[in-house]
This record gives sequence, structure tokens and C-alpha cells, in this order.
Amino acid sequence: MTVTERQQLSYIAAQAADARVNLEIETEGMTLNIGPQHPATHGTLRIVAKLDGEQVVSAEPVMGYMHRGYEKLAEVRTYPQVTTLINRIDWLGSFANEVPFILAAERLMEVEAPPRAQWIRTILFELSRIANITLFLGDMAVQVGAITPVFFAFRDREHVLNQIEAATGGRFHPNFDRIGGLKDDLPAGWVAETRQAMRKIRTFCDQIEELVEGNEIFQARTRGIGVIPADIGLSYGLSGANIRASGVDWDLRRDSPCGLVHDQVDWKVWTHPDGDSFARFWVRLQETREATKIVDQLLDAIPSGPIMAKVPVIIKVPAGEAYVETENPLGVMGYYVVSKGDVYPFRVKIRSASFSNVSITPWLLKGVYVPDIITILGSLYFILGDIDR
Amino acid sequence: MISLLAELSYWQVTSIRVVAGLVAVLLVAGTLVYAHLFKMVSFMQSRLGPMEAGPYGSLQLLAEIGKFLQKEDIVPARADRFVFKAAPFVVLTSTFLLLVVLPGGPDAWFISNDLGVYLAMAVGSVSVIGILMAGWGSASKYSLLGGLRATGQLIAYELPLLLAVVGVVIQAETMNLQGIVLAQAEGEIFGWGAIGNPFILTQFAGFGIFMIAMQAELTQTPFDMPVAESELVTGYMTEYSGLRFLLFFIGEFATAGVFSAIAAVLFLGGWYVPGLDPADNLFNVLGPLVLFGKVVLLTFLVFWVRFTFPRFREDQLQRLAWKFLVPLALANIVVTGVLKVAL
Repeated sequence: MTVTERQQLSYIAAQAADARVNLEIETEGMTLNIGPQHPATHGTLRIVAKLDGEQVVSAEPVMGYMHRGYEKLAEVRTYPQVTTLINRIDWLGSFANEVPFILAAERLMEVEAPPRAQWIRTILFELSRIANITLFLGDMAVQVGAITPVFFAFRDREHVLNQIEAATGGRFHPNFDRIGGLKDDLPAGWVAETRQAMRKIRTFCDQIEELVEGNEIFQARTRGIGVIPADIGLSYGLSGANIRASGVDWDLRRDSPCGLVHDQVDWKVWTHPDGDSFARFWVRLQETREATKIVDQLLDAIPSGPIMAKVPVIIKVPAGEAYVETENPLGVMGYYVVSKGDVYPFRVKIRSASFSNVSITPWLLKGVYVPDIITILGSLYFILGDIDR
Repeated sequence: MISLLAELSYWQVTSIRVVAGLVAVLLVAGTLVYAHLFKMVSFMQSRLGPMEAGPYGSLQLLAEIGKFLQKEDIVPARADRFVFKAAPFVVLTSTFLLLVVLPGGPDAWFISNDLGVYLAMAVGSVSVIGILMAGWGSASKYSLLGGLRATGQLIAYELPLLLAVVGVVIQAETMNLQGIVLAQAEGEIFGWGAIGNPFILTQFAGFGIFMIAMQAELTQTPFDMPVAESELVTGYMTEYSGLRFLLFFIGEFATAGVFSAIAAVLFLGGWYVPGLDPADNLFNVLGPLVLFGKVVLLTFLVFWVRFTFPRFREDQLQRLAWKFLVPLALANIVVTGVLKVAL
């Protein structure tokens, strides 16, 4: 009589079951692929989680499903063309992506944008921060199960996008920053409308505070979950609100303003001592409020004058190297630009915030439960384009 | 109406009741899905909801059904085919059987069973088997996790649900749902009988527990751990498509309606309106409408909570059930029993 493989396996399994009948019940691990297509990864990140029951034994992020090779593509684009690409890195706050690259190019060319351009640049920079983080505030609620806040986020984010569109012509990909200034001046009536939008965003923040932050279930789901100590966070290269939520008082807008005028206005860097998911949410909520204050103050005192410095029509950047990093919505974003005096950059290295922020997940996800994976991933807040570039 | 039904033979009466039951369930489910899920929730979330299908989007549900019917019915390659295909029907059967014991008026009932509440609670738990079948049969890890979570959760919340009902049963001195309605209609509060005695006034703790446990039974937020769109991508329903998904979907919302109906019967006085004679033949027509009004009210609560709160974690919702709801329900039974004997 032939013994099929299946019978043999069941025999072995029965033997094994007999052998440990009086021992502690052993369970087999299970590997769960979270992603590449999964609502919690909002994009195509894949997390390979080895589970014991619902507890994570080990988790590993697999990146690169959305790699578009922008660093290499930038080498065959002229400097003004590169901004079109890098708009698409962090697509929720796309104007902010352009700024550090343009600043690096300006540093190499030794030009400086006129004051008016700098101020408008800073305003748009903060508007894209608001456009980015408001979505997080709604999305975080979705990650822990509340559906409604994300609709409020999309509704009120629209006011900011409208303002970005009115000024730049693009809702998502403005492509507005130029070496030596900006493409256009502000349209008439823009300042008053933007003030109104800022008021709406502040109302939205109050709503989120009541609806999400103050909710007991939300607090039970996020407090003490995914705690990042400051030293671990720094060693993994975390930046932005993720590291400020661990109590590190570090914000490039205040600490090394280069080309942006954050030092001209009165604002505060918020930190939180806990380092858990709730702290990350809280810090981002405060940051959104703070950004509206920055925009309001900047709107009060936009200097007049040209918006473009004198730059040649065909931009050739002198040979040299420059690294400029700014405090983008997701964290520190830097561009290392090497020029050989050509119209194309010789090399561009992009330091994107989400890539470093996600690298902590294997350390952070060890031993948590499956629902907490989602909470932690949500609170780390990454944009897939920002991870894979 | 009694005389009308008495002249017919048994199979004719049964057929009439079955058709009436199907219509009642589909109508309730349809109206609830349309009015609550589509419109109320849309307004909550500052959107318009369906506007295109029919006047003011009122035929949206039919459009959805048409859409689901056209979709391919996919069975995963490694699925346990029979279990996978049978699961939605088990869930739906449980929902439809729940309706059997519901009284809609003095004579408008399907069966008048002296173990009515008991039967309702028993068939209500059958859906757990369907959900576990779906979770296991799908051969998907997400479904399996969802199915297991659902089982753990439904077992945990079955208990407070049942214990909350015990208080009502003690007070009404009957398990017959019709009897419970009449007990509320004819009861009085400290000698004052103008509005009867809806048990929500005396059994408020039981009502609270029942509503919370019901929310968990329905796997609605904040107890939607088993479906959890953002982590388990709808759990045990992950692999379903087309008609079978629609059955789960209908089951979910019809169960919300039917459980709300049971809550309305147990705590809000069912089909009775204060001031009228409960034996009045008028109630055979008015009663179902009154009951439906109360159901809409309760489902509003259910969906309001559903679309406002985030969800609990598995351990948190188990802790809530075993450490808070069960002791509270037991205390409620003790107090009710003592007062019943003492007064």
C-alpha cells in the first residue's frame, strides 16, 4: 500500500502531538505580509511580520516597490527641470520638496532670492506643511478605526490646497520654486483668502482635538504604544515630529534657517516627553496650529520688491558641492548636490525623512500586537514616495 | 385578523408569515442601509452621499445590489469550497431566524413562543459559526485572524447580552416577547400607569449593557476588531466578492436592525403606544410602524457610535466585557431580583 505524502505528514503530526500531549502547547509561528497593497501602508510598503498568535516576533519593512530613481533621473535633467521630479517625492506637501534643492543650487550659484521671494517661499513652505499634516491628523484616526475625521481632514485641507493652487497653479505639484526666486507673484486678494483658510484650519484643529485626541479609546489605543526613547530615535536618524515627540528639541526651521525666514516670526517648537504614538499625534497637531500662526505673521509683513534675482537664462551651476536640509513636513529633508559646472547636476543625493523614520520599525514593532502595528505605522507617518524616491 | 388567519390552512398561514417576514427584513435592512449608512453618515462626514440613483439617491441600494450581482463570484484556490460558500448563508440565516420571535402587534407575529428571548439569543449566536466558517474557509491569514477575533469577541459579549436580558425577564415574569411587551404596556410606575412601564426606566443599566454588547455582537466600531478595515482589511470578509459579499453586507445591517428591534421590544415597549388599549386591533397595523420607528431610533444610536469612535484593541475589549460588563450585569440581576421580591 502506498502511503501518500499527506498521510505521512498527518502521521508525523499525530506522533508529535502525542509526544507533547502533557507539555505546554506549542504553537507555530505565522508570517503575515502586511502590504504591498494594504490600507495601512497608504502606498506600497510591505512589512513582513512574523507572528506568534497576534504578537509580532519580528517585523521587517521591505521598501522599493515605488522606487522611481529620481536621484539618477536628476542627472539628465537641467536644474529647473529637476523640481518637476522632486515635487513627487512627498506628494502631500510637494512645494516643500522643491525648497531645499533650490536652496542648494542657489548656494552653489551664490545667488540669493530677493526678500519678497523668500517670504512667499516660506509661506508656501508652511502651507504645504499644513496640507500634509492635516491629512495625517485625519488618517491617524482611520488607522485606529474612526472613519469620520479623515473626511473632515480632506474637507479642510481643500482650503489650503485652493490657496496653493491660486498662487502656483498646481494643487499637488506646484513646480513653482525657481533658482533665484519664484515663478510668479501672488495674485490679488490672496493674502486675505489665506488668512481665512488659516482660521478654518485652526477650527479643524480644535475639532480634531475634541473628536480624536480627547477620545478615551483613541488614548487607550495610542498612549504607551510604540515608545521611542530619544537616544534610540536619534541613532536611527529619526527627525521631524517623530523625534520631537521623544522630547528632543530640534527643529531646523529654528536651529539653522537657511534661505527661509522662520527667524523673522514668533513661534514655538513643540516637544512631548513621552515618545509614544499619542505624543507623535499631539506634536503634529500643535505643529499645524503653529504653522498657521507662522503663516499669519508672515502674511502681515510681506516685503515688496522683485520676486526674482538676476540669474542667467540658461542656468549653469558652478562646480562644487552643497548640502542643504530643511525641516519638511515629514522631517529633515536634504539634498546633496554635486555640480561640475554643467547645466545638469553631476550627482544628487536625496536625504528623505520617511526613509529614516521607517528604518526604526524592526526595532519598534518587536513584541507588539497586530493592531498596534497599524497604530505605530500610522503615527510614524510616512509617505511612500518619500521612502522610495 | 385572527379570524382571517384561522380560516386558512396551516401551510397558507405559514406562507403568508414567511413572505411577510422576508419583506419585513428586506424593507428594514434596505431602509436602514439607505437612511442611515448612506445619508445620515454622509451628513455626519460633511458629504452629500448618493445623489444620482433615483430621486435624491434613494435607489442607491438597488444600484449597489445590481453592481454586486454582476461581479464575479471568486473562490480562492486553496479555500475550503463548501465551507467558504456556505458561510454567508449561515450568517444570513441567523439574522432571519432572529426575526421569527419578534411581535409587531397583538396578532402580528410569526411565532409566539414562550421561550422567545431564549430562542432569539440562541439563534443570534449562530452567526458566530458562519463567521468562523468564513475565516477558516477563506484560506487567508487575514481572514483567519478576523474569524478568530470575531469568535473570541462574540463569545465574550454573548454573556453580558444574555445577562442584561435576564433583568427584563425577571421583571416581566415571562420569556415570551409578546408577554414582555404586554407587561410593559400594562405595567405601572409606583401606581402611575399612564405610560405603562417601559423597562428602560427600571432596567437602564441592562439597556446600557445590552446596547454595548449589541454593538460588539454586530462587530461595529468601537468593537469592529474582527473586520478592522485599516488592519485586517475587513477580516473574515477579505476573500469574498460579488453576491456572497453582499450577503455578508446585508447580514451585517439587517442584524443591526433586528437586534435593535429586540432591544426596542425588551426596553422601549415594543409596538405599544401609551394611552391606547393594547388589545386594540389598530395595533396590528400601527404596531409594526411604531416598532419600526423605535428601531430607527436605536439604529441611529448604533451608527452614530459606529462612525464616531475609534476601535478598541482585542485585549481592551475583552477586559471591558469580563471586568466591567459581566459584573455590572450580574449586579443588575441581583438588584432586580431583590426589588422584585421586596416590592
